[in-house]
Amino acid sequence: MAATHAHGDNYINHEKGLWSWLTTVDHKRIGLMYMITVMFFFLVGGIMALLLRLELFAPNAAANVGGVLKNGDVYNQVLTYHGAIMVFMVIVPGIPAILGNFFLPLHIGAKDVAFPKINLASWYCFMAGAALAILTFFFKKIDTGWTFYTPYSIKTGTATVMMVLGAFIMGMSSVLTGLNFIVTVHKLRAPGMTMHRMPLFVWALYSTAILQLLATPVLGITLLLLAAEKLFGVGIFDPALGGDPVLFQHFFWFYSHPAVYIMIIPAMGVVSELITTFSRKVIFGYTAIAYSSLGIAAVSFFVWGHHMFVSGQSETAGILFSFITMLVGVPTAIKMFNWVATMYKGSISFDSPMLFALGFLFLFAIGGVTGIMLATLPIDVHFHDTYFVVAHFHYVMVGGTLMALMGGFYYWFPKMFGKMFNENVARLSFVFIFIGFNVTFFPQFILGAMGMPRRYFDYIPAYEQLNKISTVGSWLILTGFLLGLWAIVQGLRKGEKAPMNPWNSKTLEWQTPSPPPHDNFNVEPIVTAGPYEYR
Amino acid sequence: MMWFNIAKAQSFMPSQGTEIAKQVDNLYGFLLITSFIACVLVIGGMLYFAWKYKRKSPNDKTAYISHNTFLEFLWSFIPLVIFLGVFAWGWFIYHDMRTMPKNALEINVLGKQWAWEIEYKNGYKTVNEVVVPINEDVKLLLSSSDVIHSFYVPSFRIKQDAVPGRYTALWFRAEKLGEFHIFCTEYCGTSHSGMIGKLKVVSREDFDKYLEQGQEERNLPLAKKGEKLFAVKACASCHSVDSPAVKVGPSLFKLFGKEEVMDDGAKILADENYLRESILEPNKHVVKNFPKGVMPTFQGQLNENELNALIEYIKEMK
Repeated sequence: MAATHAHGDNYINHEKGLWSWLTTVDHKRIGLMYMITVMFFFLVGGIMALLLRLELFAPNAAANVGGVLKNGDVYNQVLTYHGAIMVFMVIVPGIPAILGNFFLPLHIGAKDVAFPKINLASWYCFMAGAALAILTFFFKKIDTGWTFYTPYSIKTGTATVMMVLGAFIMGMSSVLTGLNFIVTVHKLRAPGMTMHRMPLFVWALYSTAILQLLATPVLGITLLLLAAEKLFGVGIFDPALGGDPVLFQHFFWFYSHPAVYIMIIPAMGVVSELITTFSRKVIFGYTAIAYSSLGIAAVSFFVWGHHMFVSGQSETAGILFSFITMLVGVPTAIKMFNWVATMYKGSISFDSPMLFALGFLFLFAIGGVTGIMLATLPIDVHFHDTYFVVAHFHYVMVGGTLMALMGGFYYWFPKMFGKMFNENVARLSFVFIFIGFNVTFFPQFILGAMGMPRRYFDYIPAYEQLNKISTVGSWLILTGFLLGLWAIVQGLRKGEKAPMNPWNSKTLEWQTPSPPPHDNFNVEPIVTAGPYEYR
Repeated sequence: MMWFNIAKAQSFMPSQGTEIAKQVDNLYGFLLITSFIACVLVIGGMLYFAWKYKRKSPNDKTAYISHNTFLEFLWSFIPLVIFLGVFAWGWFIYHDMRTMPKNALEINVLGKQWAWEIEYKNGYKTVNEVVVPINEDVKLLLSSSDVIHSFYVPSFRIKQDAVPGRYTALWFRAEKLGEFHIFCTEYCGTSHSGMIGKLKVVSREDFDKYLEQGQEERNLPLAKKGEKLFAVKACASCHSVDSPAVKVGPSLFKLFGKEEVMDDGAKILADENYLRESILEPNKHVVKNFPKGVMPTFQGQLNENELNALIEYIKEMK
């Protein structure tokens, strides 16, 4: 394949100056802007995680190592910001806003997304919401946890309203991105790119977009109701005014459960790309993977009640929600088996993106089976709101989404920047993150089984040893991410020039120069076959 | 069943205080084993393929296998059957957990920031301590006076939210003598992690004696009554009484008769009237360097007699 246009005009040098970036409607530039901001929030949320773990290193009475966060109030605030930042500003926008924005049009052979200006507006929405949320830290802080459960969020004297408005505005950004992606997929596919010739990452983004569009407004309304309740005492959630505090949980999880899949389905899409590319083999069960994304998205609307088995909802409701939750397990299991089957008789290379993909499979398998445990009624009664849940959702969200995000980022780095990163440092980064992650979170399954509740500032001495191990693990993760950052920065500064298609991948984005030109393709691509025709 | 026992021994679950705990652990043991097998299949398969089909040369030829309907049906159908089996088994146990036995011993439990207030049928009240007789059905009637709390006894595998504005309930039948932890598992603010109680399982005779003792306490001298009330209302979670050490609020040790500086600069003598005001309208005058709005009002929760007892207790802290 000849490397044509290697020295020519590309999206980075097409226009110059900060202003040209802030007013750009190029989906690639917007993707990079999301990347920079999300990485910053990840850093902030990560520092808070380290502080929390440091506090939990020892029970307060025992040693001075615990006690970095002074008292329960400070701990609760840091806990809240860690959760809210990681959910609303890192993991939910992460893959769709960074990798999705950059690669969805390239994947389907389009010049841009359907509504470029709305795309830019969604970034500004995101920034405005995030700014509002972060600003609360400098006024009254907030200590409700990222779930804002009533009536605590109404009674507490902290900045609930401001934080909730921030989340509301960030939700708008999510809706706009989702809308844009749906229309882009339906309207802008290149000639010959049928729905069944789309890469699986596009299918994943498409399913996610449907969730974003349908579920997020429910969160928006719920948060506005909460703000109204707090400001004007309207009596929707406050029992003293005739409201129902559990109603908030129903509303909240009606969004936030699908949101879990907004976080994980794009990750599954990335992993599908990685496994097939680095096994150099057609993906096993393309249709099953594509439609299981849609299946998960559809069923995810009807399982919210599994967050509320002990909330006082009826026994019948608990049973129904448990049943439907079990059904989500099936399409998820299908995907796992498909990925493993894809590797069968392949030609597998262990470049760092593939390591992250394999890491994803490993961690997601554990996250998945513990999810089934939590869906089982009497077992959830014991595990609900304990560290078992904390371990489970970190395995799914961090082990799943973040692993995929890192893998995808390394995979597409050459395309995005036209340079290669230091492969050895990237691999070392993976080793530290992977081991550190398991050292941090596996002991938390055991802590949960032993009964340690979550959101605890302090704990009884019986839980000390495992908490110590867990905290040490967090330092390993930190080391891993610092190494990764170094690999990226060094790659940007003095990485070798990337060829057009360094991994010999088959999807469309690799058929254009690295970095891509302003209009994505020098010649409009015509698609004649499926995305993974490795023969 | 031997497998289950091995799995249980490795499961780190707390001691089994009830029959239901044993049933839950059986199901959990089964899930642990099936999960382990599933992980070995997926992760093991992944590692085996990664090793076996490692890239040997840059021009490796790979097989073109796009799908296999039979295999795909199999690995969708088998998990479905397992999941539904587990669901049904879980339903069975959950139904027992949620069906309240008739003629159970009823105890009221009130969650509040940040303590559990327990009241027995004869009017005896304690805080953070539930005492129950062994081998008898006990039903706890839960409610909350402020935010949502959650009553959790790990050894009994039971948990239920205490929601303001309604009653929820749970039941258990303790089969082991001893003391068990009670945690609050629904995040409820500052001292959420300090909201720890004890559940004591005693013989029927000891339980009867315990309740009688509680009755006798009603005839205590005023200051002793105040001390008891101080504990019941969990005042000690914010105020220290035996040292000048500061917790969430000011220490009450040797406070009576001293002059305190308020946040608006005013100086107020800590006498009976100030103490009364601080209990009933805590945010009217807040001592300097302490946050406003933290202490809840006890207006309407204490009668005159109880107020007297509390103030008498504080007066005698010397």
